Amino acid sequence: MARLNPANLTVAQEIIGRYPVTRSALIPLLHLAQEQDGYVTEDAMAHIAELVGVTPAEVMGTCSFYEMLKREPVGDYMVNICNGISCHLLGSSELIHYAETTLGVRPGGTTDDGKITLEAVECIAACTEAPCLQVNYRYRNLVTTEDFDQLVGELRAGTAGFAPHGKLAKVRQHVGEDRWAGVSHPDGQGEPAWMARNPSDNGD
Amino acid sequence: MSAPADQDLRIITSRFDVDDGHTLAGYERTGGYAGLRRALEMAPAEVHGEVRTASLLGRGGAGFPAGVKWGFCPPGVWPRYLVVNGDESEPGTYKDRLLMERDPHQLIEGCLIACYALGLSQCFLYVRGEMAHAQERLAAALNEAYEAGYVGRNVLGADDFSVDITLHWGAGAYIVGEETALIESLEGNRGMPRLKPPYFPASIGLYGKPTIVNNVETLANLPWIVSNGGAAFAAMGAHNSTGTRVFAVSGHVVSPGVFEVPFGTTTFRDIIFDPRYAGGTRPGRTLKTFIPGGASAPWFFEEHLDIPLEKATVDQAGSMLGSGAIVVMDDTTDVVKACHNVVRFFARESCGKCTPCREGTSWLEKILSRILAGQGRLQDLDLLMDVCDNISPGIHWPPRQTTICPLGPSAVSPIASALERFRSEFEAYLPATPVSVTTTSGVAT
Repeated sequence: MARLNPANLTVAQEIIGRYPVTRSALIPLLHLAQEQDGYVTEDAMAHIAELVGVTPAEVMGTCSFYEMLKREPVGDYMVNICNGISCHLLGSSELIHYAETTLGVRPGGTTDDGKITLEAVECIAACTEAPCLQVNYRYRNLVTTEDFDQLVGELRAGTAGFAPHGKLAKVRQHVGEDRWAGVSHPDGQGEPAWMARNPSDNGD
Repeated sequence: MSAPADQDLRIITSRFDVDDGHTLAGYERTGGYAGLRRALEMAPAEVHGEVRTASLLGRGGAGFPAGVKWGFCPPGVWPRYLVVNGDESEPGTYKDRLLMERDPHQLIEGCLIACYALGLSQCFLYVRGEMAHAQERLAAALNEAYEAGYVGRNVLGADDFSVDITLHWGAGAYIVGEETALIESLEGNRGMPRLKPPYFPASIGLYGKPTIVNNVETLANLPWIVSNGGAAFAAMGAHNSTGTRVFAVSGHVVSPGVFEVPFGTTTFRDIIFDPRYAGGTRPGRTLKTFIPGGASAPWFFEEHLDIPLEKATVDQAGSMLGSGAIVVMDDTTDVVKACHNVVRFFARESCGKCTPCREGTSWLEKILSRILAGQGRLQDLDLLMDVCDNISPGIHWPPRQTTICPLGPSAVSPIASALERFRSEFEAYLPATPVSVTTTSGVAT
């Protein structure tokens, strides 16, 4: 539990294969590590450094810049209440205060049972559904305090149906080998063939 | 499917009420990939010509003409890349996520058309990290499109046109929406904007190569433009703001929503008050102020309602349409709190590369916090403006910059707007008895 397991290593190699420069796979691989362990462990960062050919410190440098990448364990469910301006106008501050009071944690904190980590986040692009929140990056819209209580109850009972923290898209990009055109390396490329088409050709 | 008359004008949201519009079957049934087929019958330069004729303005925030931006690729330098900016995070903005979730193939088709027109040999589709549903809709659509021969090796059987689209996702950072920061992030780095010049990644971008960075909504327009012609697109909307645009109207309105409207001819009054759109302020309430184009934009007021949603007119009136985000505040709004909310956003999202932004935005936030806590001083209101002036000298519009990117100056907008118009509301937060402040030298001021 820390370095990427064999199944994820296969996924990692496929991800790396989609970039002309390996380092570009760094953030997707950090997501993969977080999906595996719920957060990004130091061993995972070291493993990713090996895979993309940089130092562990460089992986840490990138990892620490981005809010979604957690380097400490978090709850099973990240409950991110939006505090953007549209949500603010429709009661997000009150909702965050209510969440703090009922969960007994401040934003950034995790409940004693390890189930819920509360965060107050910036705009998550559901402005017409304010106030909104995300549970492990899945939306709940127009959230009242009653909705919030019900949600917390379901999260604690494990009946809300959210994937564990770290799991993002349920569908991954996967390209059959015969369909992949081949990455475009920054060096040694000429003008693409189709640019030679001219108006009189009228295509093919 | 019956639709109100004005829905005939919808270009890019036409599949929002088609249940399976996000699948290949649903997309093909509703005319999907016709634009790509049409493009492949034309020479690449002709496709570029149609986009120029369309006068398609970029929909990400700056509103730069896409056809002109495309022209900045230096001749003879290969490869060229396409990077799709799907990192929608400007507060109040809610359109690109819908376009990705509900019509992913339209975006893919737009990417393919752009690649064909400019000789871009690989596309990177950068989706905001927090948008898990959009990521999986795009992944599913790409998998289908590859299988069906629309993407990848020999697109639609053409032996000379092959292009890959790599789905990439971010990890939470507003600044990555700035195009050079997006490229840094795509290269696996901290998402910090690059020093200018070069001003456009079209000359030096991803991996140091010519790179076109376009917004999701911008690219989503391409299938229609190629199918119907740039002139037909330019005939819609206003002279300088052509086609349609998608606006999200949120805040204190009866029916908040995402609306595709003719660009440049619809007015703020229409979109905020018309029952077909946001339906006006809530019963018994009046308009206090509204943000016309996302958190970075200076605020507008009652007297601006009849301004059309047209780029040049809004710019001239002292603000911007930005990313199509209209946030309405009624007379119940505490503008000091609203102002603090927006400034806190910029303080939190500053990447820290440039001192005026890193220090300026965080000090603005701290000063506003102490005013809200009843600990403000009378000179704090002038101090706020002084800090603003240090971030953006003169506090002009469009803003002057002391920073690499516009994030810092964006924090100036809400303060300048709110303080100028509602100064008394800030003063009301100041304590009746002046607060005594002890400096580090122990001298009270």
